[in-house]
Amino acid sequence: MSDFEPKVVAFVCNWCTYAGADLTGTSRLKYASNVKIIRFPCTGRIDFMLLLKAFANGADGIIVSGCHPNDCHYTSGNFHAKRRWIMFKELMDFMGIDMNRVTFSWVSAAEGAKWAEVVNETVTRIREMGPYVSYKELVNKTIEEEVKNE
Amino acid sequence: MNNLISRAKELLESKTVNVVIGYEAGPTGLARPAFITDSAKADKLIYDERCVQNLAVYLTKAEVKNFGKMAIVARLPVMRSIMMLISEQQVIGDNLIILGISEDNSLLDIASISVMQGYIDKCDLGNPSKDREILAELNKMTPEEKFSWWQNQFSKCIKCYACRQACPMCYCIRCTVEVNQPQWIPVQANAHGNTEWHILRAMHLAGRCISCGECGRACPVGIPCHLLTMQLADQVWNYFHVHAGTSDKMNSVLSTYEPNDKESFII
Ligand code: SF4
Ligand code: SF4
Ligand code: SF4
Ligand code: FES
Repeated sequence: MSDFEPKVVAFVCNWCTYAGADLTGTSRLKYASNVKIIRFPCTGRIDFMLLLKAFANGADGIIVSGCHPNDCHYTSGNFHAKRRWIMFKELMDFMGIDMNRVTFSWVSAAEGAKWAEVVNETVTRIREMGPYVSYKELVNKTIEEEVKNE
Repeated sequence: MNNLISRAKELLESKTVNVVIGYEAGPTGLARPAFITDSAKADKLIYDERCVQNLAVYLTKAEVKNFGKMAIVARLPVMRSIMMLISEQQVIGDNLIILGISEDNSLLDIASISVMQGYIDKCDLGNPSKDREILAELNKMTPEEKFSWWQNQFSKCIKCYACRQACPMCYCIRCTVEVNQPQWIPVQANAHGNTEWHILRAMHLAGRCISCGECGRACPVGIPCHLLTMQLADQVWNYFHVHAGTSDKMNSVLSTYEPNDKESFII
């Protein structure tokens, strides 16, 4: 597994974490390049289905990040998101889907260094965990069935 | 039972309501929903342990709404569904007369929504005890065991969506599972599509499920999908100290927040 490079998708809000990630770059902090950042208006806009789509399309790990509580550009998007993630995590745990593959964080526009840490820590963790085989199997089983039916 | 029939007759004869929604015995003896519009037919109404279906599911249907004023036979889960539907502005409380039925099968005097609220407040609002036991067993499993247990269940799913149709809170005119631009859920009944369908349904009912168990009863292949939403109902209580369907004025848990909601996983 030593040559395994995890694919990590980051869903971030425009106003804090995206700006924070920008600062990481302009501060010339080097961090793992495994992450693909997808920018959203707000964490409140990050539907749980998007996480499942990322896994289905080959992500091994996911980062969800936005403004710290009380700093949301739209006042309460992150508070709503917090409740949603609490429930989502409980549901995934109950179904046996591994939530250690998802990092949730608050990273502000001033926290360029924290963003690098969040990404590096996630990539290291996912590298140890290996590819997300069980979710990929679900999708592959589906593809096999389709081929069989043709 | 006689109380129920005479009350139904009275309501229909005085034109207080245009329909009484309740249960009657079908040809095989199973209880089925009955929509009584003629007081002479009110004698068909039954009320016993066969009558488990959650009738609140009909209240959001256009054909039923057209009746205007109606009465509905309601045990606790139906009452809680009605609360939820009023709070989500799907049903007008003033149009409804609640023919409440208590734990011991007697007719309750429920004159208004606030009286119903008082009754609900006095009840045990947790999950039914037989489901509690299964949930406790499942919660003891390791993640791998849980995954294969659920995958085994989902492998039976034929994507008929009876679980959705049976649930009073699944009233969306266009359900996300039928949306194809984008295609959120793979259409076929396969491992991937079935898993995502169940995640989606459970998430949409988080904080809205009133633990009636109807989705699981409706499933033709016996998938206990009510356990997913009931597990979340437990968690809603653990985290937010809220039981769904206890007031006609509350927002569901996921459409509101408290600034000091506690979690331990966001870094
Ligand atoms: S599953 Fe979701 S979208 Fe579909 S009817 Fe139920 S609540 Fe609506
Ligand atoms: S138990 Fe099932 S049918 Fe009843 S409210 Fe919950 S999700 Fe809907
Ligand atoms: S009722 Fe059962 S078979 Fe039908 S979609 Fe729901 S879980 Fe699947
Ligand atoms: S704008 Fe960043 S969380 Fe709402």
